[in-house]
Amino acid sequence: MSVDFASNFISILLGGLSAGTVLFIVSVGLSVTMGLMGFVNLAHGAFAMFGGYIVVLAMNRAHIGFAPALALAFVTTAVLSVLLERLLYRRLYRAGELDQVLFTLGLIFIFMAAITIVVGPESQPLQLPAALGGQLNLGFTRYRTYSIFLIVIGFLIVSGIWLAFERTRIGAQIRATVDNRRMAESLGINVDRLFTITFAFGSGMAGLGGGLGAEFLGLDPQYALKYLVYFLIVVSVGGLGSVAGVYFASLIIGILDFVLKLYLPKGGTIFIYALTILLLLWRPQGLLGKKET
Amino acid sequence: MSSSAFPTPAPAADTQLGHPAAHLLMTRHRFRWWEALPWIAAIGFYFAFPDYLGFGTELLIAILFALSLDLALGYAGIITLGHAAFFGTGAYAVGMLAFYGIWTEPMTGLVIAAVAAGVVGLLSGLVLLRTNGLTLLMLTLCTMALLQEGANMAHDYTGGFDGLPSLSIAPVFGVFEFNPLYADTQYLYTLAVLMICFLFVRTLVYSPFGQSLTGIRENLLRMHAIGSPVRRRLVVCYTISAAIAGIAGGLWAQTNAFVNLSAFDLDRAATVLIILILGGYGRLYGAFIGAIAYMALEHFLARLYPTAWQLGLGLLLVLIALFARNGILGLGDVLWRRYGVRHAAS
Repeated sequence: MSVDFASNFISILLGGLSAGTVLFIVSVGLSVTMGLMGFVNLAHGAFAMFGGYIVVLAMNRAHIGFAPALALAFVTTAVLSVLLERLLYRRLYRAGELDQVLFTLGLIFIFMAAITIVVGPESQPLQLPAALGGQLNLGFTRYRTYSIFLIVIGFLIVSGIWLAFERTRIGAQIRATVDNRRMAESLGINVDRLFTITFAFGSGMAGLGGGLGAEFLGLDPQYALKYLVYFLIVVSVGGLGSVAGVYFASLIIGILDFVLKLYLPKGGTIFIYALTILLLLWRPQGLLGKKET
Repeated sequence: MSSSAFPTPAPAADTQLGHPAAHLLMTRHRFRWWEALPWIAAIGFYFAFPDYLGFGTELLIAILFALSLDLALGYAGIITLGHAAFFGTGAYAVGMLAFYGIWTEPMTGLVIAAVAAGVVGLLSGLVLLRTNGLTLLMLTLCTMALLQEGANMAHDYTGGFDGLPSLSIAPVFGVFEFNPLYADTQYLYTLAVLMICFLFVRTLVYSPFGQSLTGIRENLLRMHAIGSPVRRRLVVCYTISAAIAGIAGGLWAQTNAFVNLSAFDLDRAATVLIILILGGYGRLYGAFIGAIAYMALEHFLARLYPTAWQLGLGLLLVLIALFARNGILGLGDVLWRRYGVRHAAS
């Protein structure tokens, strides 16, 4: 009995953690860019979808391996996002939230339509490489190799980003700009360039996350809208511009979602929304976000 | 005499009153002749396109829904992504009462829908409107998702994902039945409800209350400084807006004779936002123009070329956000002013 319960518990934990990891990889860029510029970028999910499609198409049609396909997704999504940022996004930095919402909503529609035209409306399956299929023996239990792989990758990424934030010059500049943009600008930080770099990196991460999550989130043109609320919840619960906050929020919501979908398949996610509302009322800046001044 | 020694201020006041700006302020709430045009067009539509009355009913409901959003977003500046929460509440209030045969009278049904949605608006507004910006956006979105999942969870009562089909709605005034095949009763009934709600909203936005809403949107600090009860005004406005959205939802349930979870969809909330922005927000007729433009395009394009429609809609939104922030009516204003200036110069 107790052994059963324990292995159940661990499998739920691992499943939730791997889903949360994907949420984190997709959302971390959104958190940083929103924190930096205060730009409400609803199209972030569309970048994730784009990356996912790059991975699937590269693997299924060009027969590239999984790892190079992921790298390709990161690069192409980053390049695409820089183009959009230079040409369009920057015109709206000073505009109100409503214009930003409309603009990025429009981008979502364009992405959805473009993918339907180019690839087709049907859902795209992702075939994992043999090494990541199957089960992995962890000593105390066996679990899907791919989930363990995701959890490890996610941990490496969050450590890497955290180190880059805390230990590098550009990380310090980002932190300074999130804290006080005007002050950072007057100290000679090129906020414009900084933002382009983080935007590209964040979107690239979204593309990577889209590729990593395509196996269990599915991939169809509705993706950008379907998971948008989740990305936004993770970012606002974690706190704008806070990498650790987004990581914890992603893991919590990943586990909660996994448990609720298992035990309350009809409408169980109501608790996620309720908790988000309560948390945002208690701390509008999110778990680890800085209080707005 | 005394008047020559102490010139009375009356002439000065007269010239002030005669000033074009003063004149504009004093008469701006009056009805213009062209304000009858939408209603004449609506009645003309009834006679000209008897085969399209079902579509016409949908259009009128979209106008009403957009009008309710205009009150919150356009006038009070409350940016919400979750207005379908109230539409859905109204729809489910009507739908559940009718499905279980508790209450099928349509007009009182709409009152119930308005009250139900108004209560949800009041309760959520009391807590949500403490926040602003992204947090407010997220909270409105989450409230809507919460209600949708709630309706999904209570599937024993709400029918869950499948919703409640074939509602039986009593005839209007006990005489005019809703015919599912020929939507003439639905059309006229919806038109009458829209007209009443529109007159109410129109009176409201020209009242001192409506003026203070515009003030809150334009300069929050100043409204605080002159002692306006800002938060209370916003909550009241949000509640009224929610109640009208509830009426729109109730109409939707009654005229379609079903409800389902799509009433709470993010799609629906986004669409009404698009309609309002397309027409021009913060002005009374933006909802009309936007709904007509959007619904007509959708009706004729979306079914034939769904992907092209989505692409076009996306491009349109991007263009509006970048270049035409006040929508079609805003563009009209600009053209009118240019034409007017040229006209005056020549």
